[in-house]
Amino acid sequence: MNPRGRLQPWLALLGLFAMVALPLDSADPAIMIPREGWLGWSVLVATALAIVASIRAEQSGTAGVLLAIAAHLGAFAAISWLPMLAGHAGPGFVALVVTSWLLAWALVSQLSALPPQKGFDATLLRLLIPFLFGLWLLILWQIVVVVLKVPFVLIPPPSAIGARIATSIPTLAADFRQTFLKAVIAGYAMGCGAGFLAAILVDRVPFLQRGLLPIGNLVSALPIVGMAPIMVMWFGFDWPSKAAVVVISTFFPMLVNTVTGLAAAQPMSRDLMRTYAAGYWQTLFKLRLPEALPFIFNALKINSTLALIAAIVAEFFGTPIVGMGFRISTEVGRMNIDMVWAEIAVAALAGSVFYGVVALIERAATFWHPSFRT
Amino acid sequence: MSAAAARRGPVKPPGRLLPILVVSIAIVCIWYVGAYFMNASLVRDAFKRQKVEPTIEQMIAATLAMDRPLLPAPHQIATEIWKTTVDQNITSKRSLVYHSWVTLSATLAGFISGTLLGFLLAIGIVHVASLDKSLMPWVVASQTVPIVAIAPMIVVVGYNLMNGQMGLSTDLSRFIAKAMISTYLSFFPVTVGLVKGFRSPEILHLDLMRTYSATRGQTFWKLRLPAALPYLFTSMQVAIAISLVGAIVGELPTGATAGIGARLLAGSYYGQTVQIWSALVAASVLAALLVWMVSLGGTAVVKRMGMAR
Repeated sequence: MNPRGRLQPWLALLGLFAMVALPLDSADPAIMIPREGWLGWSVLVATALAIVASIRAEQSGTAGVLLAIAAHLGAFAAISWLPMLAGHAGPGFVALVVTSWLLAWALVSQLSALPPQKGFDATLLRLLIPFLFGLWLLILWQIVVVVLKVPFVLIPPPSAIGARIATSIPTLAADFRQTFLKAVIAGYAMGCGAGFLAAILVDRVPFLQRGLLPIGNLVSALPIVGMAPIMVMWFGFDWPSKAAVVVISTFFPMLVNTVTGLAAAQPMSRDLMRTYAAGYWQTLFKLRLPEALPFIFNALKINSTLALIAAIVAEFFGTPIVGMGFRISTEVGRMNIDMVWAEIAVAALAGSVFYGVVALIERAATFWHPSFRT
Repeated sequence: MSAAAARRGPVKPPGRLLPILVVSIAIVCIWYVGAYFMNASLVRDAFKRQKVEPTIEQMIAATLAMDRPLLPAPHQIATEIWKTTVDQNITSKRSLVYHSWVTLSATLAGFISGTLLGFLLAIGIVHVASLDKSLMPWVVASQTVPIVAIAPMIVVVGYNLMNGQMGLSTDLSRFIAKAMISTYLSFFPVTVGLVKGFRSPEILHLDLMRTYSATRGQTFWKLRLPAALPYLFTSMQVAIAISLVGAIVGELPTGATAGIGARLLAGSYYGQTVQIWSALVAASVLAALLVWMVSLGGTAVVKRMGMAR
């Protein structure tokens, strides 16, 4: 086990000592956190138990469970005391937060040191560890923003963003429909389809391959979002102009990747096909396209995020009064930063789910590829 | 089939110059035809209002010389670029060179800090197991997030913070806000590429280092880092192209008056199509130059290290 992984329980012990030695809030006796309250006591006891268990036994299920309970109990306590403490948190409170965070880190260290298992457990672990990391990011974000009284317009606390998401679901749904379901999906399908067909054509005509590919490579490095104002001029304010930008930005990655993929088949396999007297199309469908699938899916994955980005940026250049990019740019102007964050959360979720779906299809379609064989 | 098989052979591929030239010329020709048809209806309306029946020559001449065409002809863009680069003083606000420099400076600042950030993250991910397991998925997820969507917010918030609360000058605040976007966009490819690169040395070599009882630091500097350099430069090519996009997008929301993004936005407000296209061309040239310079640097370094193929 990583020797530095042993450090966190000891550091947490120091923090626990600070928590016991200091009242949780020394600034204002009127709102001093009652350590006698059940929450305060249980945090202290659970933390002590977890520290002892993790120091005594480096890796045991009990220590892990205790760490998890103590860290999140501490976080829960810290967040539930937050409203009383806003702006004047004492050293005791800081000790509480730091201790809980160190315990959580110890927990993550323990989890990531677990031997990689197969099947369900491994999947669970692979999801749990990043989930914990994200959760603690949110917890620390909330605490830091409230305690330091960071201005709302600068960074709103996650709780406010959550509340805003809950109250403006209809708006978010309308924006989602406009930007994602109309512009992104349509543009993605057309752009990837056209790129694929163009790649087949380029593959068939070697002259085009030598002439068009360098240009395609060049174009894929260009700032295509800049085409947005022109597309708005050509296709109007509504979603077709956004879809057009998406088509242009997804076309070239697909073209370049597919052409590379079509060249990936081994000469040996190709010769085999030739000995079978297979024609161009037979070789294409039975050998070269399957071999190209990893490359094609690579482009599909790149494009899934590119498409969303392109559609959102395109909306900065004029749009009807609905859409994610429109909402972001107008609400920024009105300093409703929580709405902006809510929109970003939706976009992030949509982007991740889109990417995840493509990745799942990829796994199902290219299960034979070395990168998935275990 | 025989043609397909023949071109796959180990024969040295024929020159690329001619095909590229032919394709480029074809694109320009298609562009002219497209410009004619895109602008034809506008021109026809204009002639109708003057109650003139245009000849075909008049139509062609008019469609290719419109003030605000739907699709400007290549020579119009070329003239505009000539007017705004060569004919203008470089420091003039009308000069495209000046606007390009505004965007380029933010791009470079963001690219450098993004590369550094990506470097540090990659070192952490490779050496700390819990960071690998907990941070790496988020680094990957951060790419599935439409980062550019956050850009206007980072720009506006950062701009207000620096301009309003910290009292920095307007231009400097805009510059830092744009550089922040570029940083955010460019750290990702560098991190991912470097993590792959740091892990590319074979187990055999790592074991060899262990038999020398090399420390982690020594293994890093003498084995992992050199092995990662080709990956680093490939990633940097992606990163610099995307930081240019970041800088351009960063110019959209704060009402910037200088830079390629500002030119695009102003052009779209006032329907100045030629201005938009010339800004686009400037951005493309800039992107191509930047990528080319990075790849040149990469080739030089790799060759100097004796790793060139």
